[in-house]
Amino acid sequence: MRSKVSKMISDKSKLGFYLLLAPLVLWLVVLIILPHIGLFFVSISEKVGVRQYETGLGNYAVFFNEPLYWRTFARTAIMSISTTVLTLILGFPIAYYIAKMTRGRTKTTLFLMCLIPFWVSELVRTFGWMILLRETGIVSNALQYIGLTAGPVEFLYNDAAIMVGLVYTSILFMIVPLVTTLDSLDDSMIEAGYDLGGNGVSILREIIIPHAMPGIVSGCIVVFMLSLGNYLTPILLGGKDSLWFTGLIYTQFITRFNWELGSAFGFLLLALSSGIVFVGLKLSRQTLTETMGR
Amino acid sequence: MSATPDLECIDLTKDFSDFRAVDNVSFDVPPGSFFSILGPSGCGKTTLLRMIAGFQFPSSGDLKIKGKSMIDVGPNKRPVSMVFQHLALFPMMNIGQNVGFGLRQRGVNKSDIKSRVERVLERVGLPGITERQVSQLSGGQKQRVAIARCMVLEPDVLLLDEPLGALDLKLREHMKIELKSLQAEFNTTFVYITHDQSEALVMSDKIAVMNKGRFDQIGTARDLYYEPHSAFVAGFVGDANRYEGKATAVNGTAVSMVTDSGLHIQARSIGGALTVGQRVQSFVRPEAIQLEHNSAGVKGFTVESVLFNGANSLAILRDATSGELVNVTLPQTGAFANLSKGDAVNAQWDPEQARCYAVEGQ
Repeated sequence: MRSKVSKMISDKSKLGFYLLLAPLVLWLVVLIILPHIGLFFVSISEKVGVRQYETGLGNYAVFFNEPLYWRTFARTAIMSISTTVLTLILGFPIAYYIAKMTRGRTKTTLFLMCLIPFWVSELVRTFGWMILLRETGIVSNALQYIGLTAGPVEFLYNDAAIMVGLVYTSILFMIVPLVTTLDSLDDSMIEAGYDLGGNGVSILREIIIPHAMPGIVSGCIVVFMLSLGNYLTPILLGGKDSLWFTGLIYTQFITRFNWELGSAFGFLLLALSSGIVFVGLKLSRQTLTETMGR
Repeated sequence: MSATPDLECIDLTKDFSDFRAVDNVSFDVPPGSFFSILGPSGCGKTTLLRMIAGFQFPSSGDLKIKGKSMIDVGPNKRPVSMVFQHLALFPMMNIGQNVGFGLRQRGVNKSDIKSRVERVLERVGLPGITERQVSQLSGGQKQRVAIARCMVLEPDVLLLDEPLGALDLKLREHMKIELKSLQAEFNTTFVYITHDQSEALVMSDKIAVMNKGRFDQIGTARDLYYEPHSAFVAGFVGDANRYEGKATAVNGTAVSMVTDSGLHIQARSIGGALTVGQRVQSFVRPEAIQLEHNSAGVKGFTVESVLFNGANSLAILRDATSGELVNVTLPQTGAFANLSKGDAVNAQWDPEQARCYAVEGQ
C-alpha cells in the first residue's frame, strides 16, 4: 500500500520532470538538430542535372578551389578575432570601473547606461553609425568645420567602419560577464597584492586577470560568435564589398538559389567557430563547463 | 628613550565627510613587541590600521616607521605587511606562489625565492606544502600561511586585522598561543587589532583601548584590568557590575556612594577628584566579590539564579533592601557547588577593588 503511494508520487514527479524538460528538448530537436541534419544532407548532394542529385563532397570542393570563398572565410575569422580582442581591451576597463570603483546607485546607473542602447533595434543603431560616419555625416562635417580637412571625408565602407560597428554591437556581452566575475573578486585580494609590494601591472597580471579568466573567456566566446555570425553590420557599414562570410551564404541561398553550396558554407562556418572556440579554450586553459557554468 | 620605536603615530587624525574616525591618536611601539588595539566595532581601529598599512591617508598627524615618516609612501613601498581579516590568500596560486608573491615583486631570483619560501613555511610549522592549493588547507593552516606570506618579506611591523575572527572557538584559543609564540620566534613587532578582549589580554605586551576614535588608555594587560583609567575601560576590559548613583562621602580616593535604589557601595576613585553629591558610577568585578553563606535572619542577598558554566559560573544575587542585582563569580572550591535559587548569602568586596568614576556629561 505504502509502496504503491510512493510509486505514484515518484511517477508524478517524473512526469513533471519530463513535462518541464519537453520545451527544451522540442526546441533543440525541432529548431536546431533537425534543420542541421536537413542542411547537412543538402550540403552533400551535388546537382548533376535538372532535379538530379548525387551524393558527394563536391560543394565543399568548390569552396576550397575558389580563392574568393576561402579568403572571405579567413578574412571573416580574422576580423572577428580582432573584434573580440578589441572589445576585450575596451570592455575590461569599463567593467573594472563598474565592478570595483563604484558602489550602489552609481553602479546600477552605469550598468543600465551600458544596456540602454540595446533597447533600440540593431538596424536603427547601425543606421546611427551611418549618420555619423557617411560622407555628409556629422564627423565629416565637424572635421571640415574645424578645418582639419578641405573636403568631405568618407568614413563608411571600409574595414575600420565594420570593426567599429561590431565592437559597438557586442561590447555589452563582454561587459556583463566581466562585471560579474570582477564583482566576485574580494577587494582585500587587491589590497593584499599592494601590501606585499605589487604594483598595478603585476596585480593586474597575477591576481585580477587570473581571477577574471572565466568571465574573459565566456565574454570572448559570445562576442566572437556574434561577430562571426553577424550579417547586418558588415553589410551596412562595409558596403557591397564588405565580404563577410554570412553575406556569401545569403547570396548562395537567396540570390543564386544554390542551396547546396549555401548549406556547405553554413557547415563550414559552424566548424570554423567551433574550432576557434576550442583553440581559445585550450590556449586559456579553461573548460566550457567552467566558463559557461557561472 | 632607548631605541627608535618601530612604529610611531603622532596626533594621527582621520576625518571622513561626516565624522572623525580617528581622533588625535599618538602612540609608539618599541621593537619586537606585541601591541594590541582593543575596541568595540566602529571605534576606528580598522581605519587606524589601514592608515598604518597605507590604504588610507591621515587627515593630519604623522606616522613613522623606524623613525622615517611614511605619509608619502605608498602601501607597496612601506616596510609593513598586513594579515587581512579574511586572510586574502590568492586562490589562483598555490601555497608556494602565494608566499613567494612579495619576493617576486621585489625581483628576487627564482632559486632564492624557493629556498626562502621553504624556510619560512618551515618556521610556521608547515614544511613541504608549497604545491598545495589554498582550498586544501584548514583554517589554522591558512592562518599560518598568511603570516608566512608576510614574514617572508621581513617587515619591520606586521599588522593583523582580527585574523582569528573567522575561526571556531577551540581553534581560536589554540591560535592565540600560536600567534604569541610565532611573534617570539620571528621577533618582529606585531600590531594586532581586535574586539575580543581575551585575545588582546593573552597575547599583548601592551594594549591600547580605543573608543570613539580615541585611545582611552595604553598599558599592559594588568594595568587595564586592575587600574582602568576610565569608566569605558573598566566596563570594556573584563566583566564588571556597574552601579550609578550619588557620592555621599569623599575622603581622598575613598568614595562612598549610594545608588538610586539605595545600595551603599564603597569604592576607590581613579583620576579626577570627586565631590559629595556628584553623579558617580562604580564598577565591581564579579571575580573580586567574596561570597559567604548566610545564616537566616541577617540582612543580605538572595540568589536570583545560578548560571553554571564550569569555571566561569556566575551567581546573580539580589540585594534584599535595594533590589539591585550583583553578578558574582562562583569560586570553584566546592563550597558553593550546591548553591541554588533562593539561598541567602552574604557578598562583600574590598573597596580597593571597586572603581569609581564621575558620570560624564553632568
